[in-house]
Amino acid sequence: MDDVGSVVAFWMLSVMTLGAAVMVVAVRNLIYAVLFLILSFIGVAGLYLTLSADFVAIAQVLIYAGAVSVLILFAVLLTPRAARDNAETFLQVPGLVLATLVAVTIGAIALVTDWNEATRGAFPETAGAIGEALLDKYVLPFEIASVILLAAMIGAIVLVRED
Amino acid sequence: MIFLAEWWDLRDLGNPVGKLLELLGDHGPDWLPYAVSAIVGSITIVVFLLVSLLAFAWVERRLLGRMQARLGPNRVGPWGVFQSIADAIKFVTKEAITSRNVDRWMFWAAPVLVAVPVLVVFAVLPFGEGMVLADLNVGVLFVIAVGSVTAIPIFMAGWSSNNKFSLLGAMREVAMLISYELPQVLALLGVVVFAGTMRMNGIVGWQDEHNTWLIFLQPLAVLIYLIAGTVEINRTPTDIAEAESEIVAGYHTEYSGIKFGMFWLTEYFAGFAIAAIIATVYLGGWTLWGLEEWVPGWIIFLAKLYGLFWLFIWMRGTLPRLRIDQLMGFAWKFLLPLALINIFVAGLEVLIWRENDLAAEAVLPGFAIANLVLAGVLIVAWARFLGRARPSWRPARARLVKELGAVVYGQEG
Repeated sequence: MDDVGSVVAFWMLSVMTLGAAVMVVAVRNLIYAVLFLILSFIGVAGLYLTLSADFVAIAQVLIYAGAVSVLILFAVLLTPRAARDNAETFLQVPGLVLATLVAVTIGAIALVTDWNEATRGAFPETAGAIGEALLDKYVLPFEIASVILLAAMIGAIVLVRED
Repeated sequence: MIFLAEWWDLRDLGNPVGKLLELLGDHGPDWLPYAVSAIVGSITIVVFLLVSLLAFAWVERRLLGRMQARLGPNRVGPWGVFQSIADAIKFVTKEAITSRNVDRWMFWAAPVLVAVPVLVVFAVLPFGEGMVLADLNVGVLFVIAVGSVTAIPIFMAGWSSNNKFSLLGAMREVAMLISYELPQVLALLGVVVFAGTMRMNGIVGWQDEHNTWLIFLQPLAVLIYLIAGTVEINRTPTDIAEAESEIVAGYHTEYSGIKFGMFWLTEYFAGFAIAAIIATVYLGGWTLWGLEEWVPGWIIFLAKLYGLFWLFIWMRGTLPRLRIDQLMGFAWKFLLPLALINIFVAGLEVLIWRENDLAAEAVLPGFAIANLVLAGVLIVAWARFLGRARPSWRPARARLVKELGAVVYGQEG
């Protein structure tokens, strides 16, 4: 984080991510909320890029901005009157308290920890390293995740089958 | 082959940027060369796309005219070559109507955003040796990721128009994109398995090194990618998101003037993008078995790109539009199983090749023949026997709707 470019990029992306995240809860229109959520996801992908984690950044765009948000859009579309005023919710105060607690915890950890500032160049390639780690050291969690996804898929098919 | 040419040799952006770095020494800000190369490269890509668009908007209409036994545009200039310029002037000067009940912000933002993902794809595609704006080492994944967000602006357009036909078109588009993304990704994965890299230049280099194109090693994947790509760019055999016989004009029903023009040109740009991806990944990009020593690589690349776009025009001119349930069923029941088998076979072959340390010249022709045979057998078997739906109940004779218990309007009685 020495040169001007990455500092400027970090602040711009942070403002974009957090601003969009605030708008997600602030706007009344559900479709607008989903679109701001997508903007926030893309901001996070940009932050990964400033950390030279190219594979993770692209995967973030592919999975969150491309797939998850489209599923949310579908869900919102099937919600009646998604664009009209959404009513107040009783969970506003508890939600605010919980969010403040999480923010305080993370902030405290960030401030208390004695960060080791490593001075190294950009990673040469992260995709290969991630692949090797997934299929070598972490092969069991990886396989368990795929079994869970398969079970979810079969469950969905069983639920919508007519006979 | 890395050589430093003169700074004005813009074919490799490294030349001007290197010269600029040299001039700056350690005085100037270090982000300046990157910014300059980004701006120059982006302008080049946009200019290339606009010129191709002007040419192909006319070529496509003339070709479609020939295929349908009519003349096509022939009034503006000799053989009508200035038709696209006349069209462009018309798009710009026509009134862009905004209906009263649309969602103004989104209605305005959708045509602006819709071209962005398509333009961004071209950043990772090499037009020639060194002629690439960003040679990412996750290039293939980048192309897939950017392609997956194209649905969002289209969805915004359809939803904000406050029109049921627009909304139907947008929903169709999104459903279609989700369905066809899976076979598309699996088809591209076969290439990554063989080349062992996701960098676009690396894939081109692998094909150059082994004197082969991946279309020979992955014939099934090329077919799957071609079909899925046609669906993604929304051209006529699969343009159910704007099917004019069913839902007026789909997601851009309410758009007019230059706002509609943005959707229209994005369709062409997306066509160029899919053609460029196929040319790079499956057809050897800017290499042609040594011819690139004499002919500039970008001419070879553009020839492949335009040839593939001509294929899209041909498909548009000859194939009828599919129904939405046929299109979705085709993705899930036909393309997806075949793509899965294809990726499994590709992995097996590379495993045999790498584990036994065989010579590439010996195994690759064998793989090519085996895969071609496998592709033929799988397609025929799936179409004829395995993938065939057997209806559990077949009517023995034609029946009236009323007999089956449906309500006939006007005769509710």
